Amino acid sequence: MPDGTAPSREGSDVPATASGPGRVLVAVYAIFAVGATSRAGVQIATRFGEAPIPYALSAFAAVVYVLATVALARSGTAWWRVALAACTVELVGVLTVGTLSVVDAAAFPDATVWSTFGRGYLFIPLVLPVLGLLWLRRTSPTRTPR
Amino acid sequence: MITEFAIAVALCALAVAVWSFVLVARNRAPRRPLLIGLALVEALLIVQMVIAAVLLISGERPASMVTFLAYLVGSLLVLPLGTVWALAERSRSGTAVLGVACVTVPVLVLRLHEVWSGSGA
Repeated sequence: MPDGTAPSREGSDVPATASGPGRVLVAVYAIFAVGATSRAGVQIATRFGEAPIPYALSAFAAVVYVLATVALARSGTAWWRVALAACTVELVGVLTVGTLSVVDAAAFPDATVWSTFGRGYLFIPLVLPVLGLLWLRRTSPTRTPR
Repeated sequence: MITEFAIAVALCALAVAVWSFVLVARNRAPRRPLLIGLALVEALLIVQMVIAAVLLISGERPASMVTFLAYLVGSLLVLPLGTVWALAERSRSGTAVLGVACVTVPVLVLRLHEVWSGSGA
């Protein structure tokens, strides 16, 4: 031991969020980030007045996907926390918007990524945050190395 | 748009995706033959862009021009960007990233076609 401090949290015990399976996760997140951003951009630019709330939600979802993509692709405790926040918001978002769009379909005349739990996207928007959170648990900077 | 050509592009991309995932199951890092497969799919996508450009110049118009161009550009970029991301880590995960990029191509081609014919822009 060169010094008496606690073992490094950035060591090889804990994989970076963008390595191994995380690399695939970042790729899928990136696809959704680009897709959701483009879609929200077109919706807001061309027909925002028709359905402001769903389109604003589309834009919000896009921001969350972009944030999650960037945070998962970076390493370090701060980015890990950002990724955790983004994935949590994403899961809450898809569950809330999914439920609302089923219960009150009239309030959601045009689809967002999260409508009916992401059915239009093979339910990937529902599965993605769960996989993200599981992966973040695996790569947690506070996890005790074994 | 030429439906038969779009179907051919989608099937080729799916074939390369299946190939990628077989290699993932066999724990292989991305190698040259697979990358050549991706390059072939990319070449077909470039041909598709040329077809679209010719149709646009000859006066035909998609239902939504902005959306159409977005999908056209996206379909051309997904494989190169996916490859850059995949090759930064040469492991089975890199191969899986290539598979994911290939699966995206048929989705984009399908949407490109829908937007062109006007069903659900």
